Amino acid sequence: MKAAVVVFPGSNCDRDCKVAIERSAGARVEMVWHQETALPDDLDLIVLPGGFSYGDYLRCGAMAAQSPVMREVVKAANDGVAVVGICNGFQVLCEAGLLPGALLRNEKLKYICKPVALDVVNSQTRFTASFGEQRSAVMTVGNGEGNFFADEATLDRIEGEGQVVFRYQDNPNGSARDIAGIMNAKGNVLGLMPHPDRSFDPDLGSEDGAILFRSIFASA
Amino acid sequence: MKAKVQVFLKPGVLDVQGKAVEAALHGLGWADVSGVRVGRTIEFDLTETDAAKAEAEVKAMCDKLLANTVIESYRVEIA
Repeated sequence: MKAAVVVFPGSNCDRDCKVAIERSAGARVEMVWHQETALPDDLDLIVLPGGFSYGDYLRCGAMAAQSPVMREVVKAANDGVAVVGICNGFQVLCEAGLLPGALLRNEKLKYICKPVALDVVNSQTRFTASFGEQRSAVMTVGNGEGNFFADEATLDRIEGEGQVVFRYQDNPNGSARDIAGIMNAKGNVLGLMPHPDRSFDPDLGSEDGAILFRSIFASA
Repeated sequence: MKAKVQVFLKPGVLDVQGKAVEAALHGLGWADVSGVRVGRTIEFDLTETDAAKAEAEVKAMCDKLLANTVIESYRVEIA
């Protein structure tokens, strides 16, 4: 079981992700600098962590999406490797075209940092299978631009295809249809604004994030 | 040639920054202001001397990086 965490200049949850994956799933985690032109072999998971890659210049995630390593991430995603983008990582996945939609500024312009209650909308995914009968989860959000946007046709399509994975029970930021996390049509790329990497241990207030990491390796 | 790219959120996409600026202008007494949109301008030089070719190149740059066409529209000026 092996994971890679991509480190962009300005990432600040990369170490959190490493520790969270190691402790939740017992997987080996390698850190990969964004200038790398190759990924480690035999990866079961690639994580794009939270933070402020490139200082959020231009648009959140826009510059990171053009980093050399992203060409390899896109290839790996096309080959079926599980890819998870958390917070800024979700923004990067949207900017890279691996996920539909975009993240706008929060409706009330506030940076929101707090635990949020989520519905596990689809538990038939490689990211959520271990939630089993558990239909809700608590994870922490920390973002200023987490307001998910997509046009109505896209929203209808991703809802219809079961690509909406997590929804806010109490929408904190104006996200369309309360969406907190989505996956691609193939089901191997997940983006979510809440942080499973900040919610994997009782001391952090919730261990529901650990279930997400365990799911991925259970299906690997 | 000089290129000037203006990027704005598309009509219908909530521009909270524009709304906040509008509220501030109202607070300062400019009650007749409405529809404030905040965008960005990106300017640069190009060695290309053919305006049509330059415009095509800059549009490609917009689609690839300078704008996110899911939420933003752009205007290109070449001079």
